[in-house]
Amino acid sequence: MAKKKVVLNFPPHLIDQPVTYRLITEQGVRVNILRARITPKEWGNMVVELNGKKARLEDGLAFLRELGVEVEHLAEEVKWREELCIHCTACLAPCPTKALYVERPNMTVGFDREKCIACELCLNVCPYGAVEIAIEQ
Amino acid sequence: MANYQVNKTYQEINEKIKKGQAVVVTAEEIIDIVRRKGEAEAARTVDVVTTGTFSPMCSSGAILNFGHTKPPIKASRVWLNNVPAYAGLAAVDVYLGATEPAGDDPLNKVYPGEFKYGGGHVIQDLVAGKAVHLVAEAYGTDCYPNKRVEKDVTLGQLPNAVLFNPRNCYQNYNCAVNLSNRTIYTYMGPLRPRAGNANFCTAGQLSPLFNDPYYRTIGIGTRIFLGGGVGYVCFPGTQHNPGKPRGENGIPLGPAGTLMVMGDLQKMSARYLVGVSLLGYGCSLTVGLGIPIPLLNEEIAHFCAVTDDQLLAPVVDYGHDYPEATGRILGHVTYTQLKSGKMDLDGQEVLTVPLSSLVRAREVAQLLKEWIQKGQFLLGEPVELLPGSDAIHCVPTASRDS
Ligand code: SF4
Ligand code: SF4
Repeated sequence: MAKKKVVLNFPPHLIDQPVTYRLITEQGVRVNILRARITPKEWGNMVVELNGKKARLEDGLAFLRELGVEVEHLAEEVKWREELCIHCTACLAPCPTKALYVERPNMTVGFDREKCIACELCLNVCPYGAVEIAIEQ
Repeated sequence: MANYQVNKTYQEINEKIKKGQAVVVTAEEIIDIVRRKGEAEAARTVDVVTTGTFSPMCSSGAILNFGHTKPPIKASRVWLNNVPAYAGLAAVDVYLGATEPAGDDPLNKVYPGEFKYGGGHVIQDLVAGKAVHLVAEAYGTDCYPNKRVEKDVTLGQLPNAVLFNPRNCYQNYNCAVNLSNRTIYTYMGPLRPRAGNANFCTAGQLSPLFNDPYYRTIGIGTRIFLGGGVGYVCFPGTQHNPGKPRGENGIPLGPAGTLMVMGDLQKMSARYLVGVSLLGYGCSLTVGLGIPIPLLNEEIAHFCAVTDDQLLAPVVDYGHDYPEATGRILGHVTYTQLKSGKMDLDGQEVLTVPLSSLVRAREVAQLLKEWIQKGQFLLGEPVELLPGSDAIHCVPTASRDS
């Protein structure tokens, strides 16, 4: 199973077409809509997470391009917001790479961006909303 | 009455505070002083020891009065930023609980729920000075004809806002592990299967009730640091249980004493009252709380010098024993071990994670120390001590003066 986050830009003539439905039913791709802005007769866009076998995903994206949908890949980054972090260290347990670490004996938490693999395991664990995903286009 | 070498009164210490002459140290700093000078000399030279904790405390909330409207309303259902508040009080009084989720929260239907916004977050937004959307509904009476009020309010506009926490500041707490085969989501944070991590939540040697295990000085009327402002201990907390088994040093081996506290919300700060979202569990409020302990005599100095290696937390399996309420304890672990980052559980090395912030707990104790040093904060002498304060504890006298 592979996972991909992409932005889909729909040209105005496709807005009233059941494109996402066909992506799911005909191409067998699991679609999780993260954000959408669709207005009649205008370009619409949608941020989606696609789940499925690697080959399926590629076929699905080719299918979208053929219909005229523009596909952009998202560069993802996990951000640690120091001002919101209260140094409770709850995020240390799930972090597989020790990108989130604690300095002893002060018990101050820090974030090493280089080590972060954006696995998102820490995201919902932080009770203070101090780690977040930054979506850059 | 025990015979002490040092006998100081609240009044004497308060006089020194007013003159800016009080000697104040934190509960971490007193350890070394007692080690070097002995308990009696420490009690002679130091006047106040400040403690601190910064942890999610679910049994917290705020009493808010949103002011009479024109025409008046006797509100029966009230929401603040869509979070329901309890309105079964007089006309415009409500109680907003920290763990109340927003009215349209999907809860745990999509498991584990994220609980993005709740009562604790509303309290944080209010103290941060943000406007909060208030909706009040009523059935209408002859004297209170209004049936609906909708308006944005800020904390400054509320006639009264009191933080009122029925149970804070647990004297000791469990160290949570999960021996089951799946990840579980608890108020102690997510616990990975097969004891993947162990979560604990008190500040150890800095924590208020660890430094006054028999409530010799902390009682009804004690003035405290609460949420960045001034508060008071107003009663024993709910579930206050001084009778829990104690170690030889007098420290409870599990959750024992608790405090009910209150204070003026309008003088508090969002740095020390933080809304939290505990994955799969719910919303809550993290409270910064600090208590000054006057060194009235050497016995109190003795208790304040307690160190992490003398404090034991019970290890509890939240995968089975806690939800089944079996009461089983897997063993005890010292706070020194817990704070080291790993502990040993039947030969297995387990990652330990505090849910309370030691960094902020230190900040609380330090800030309280500065307030007292500057003469801005006087000690409140309890009008009554808490249940359990009459227990007799014999301090080994041999080590008193060294
Ligand atoms: S995204 Fe993954 S690797 Fe990055 S900090 Fe969070 S848990 Fe660690
Ligand atoms: S869980 Fe959040 S608040 Fe706690 S240390 Fe990690 S980033 Fe900071």
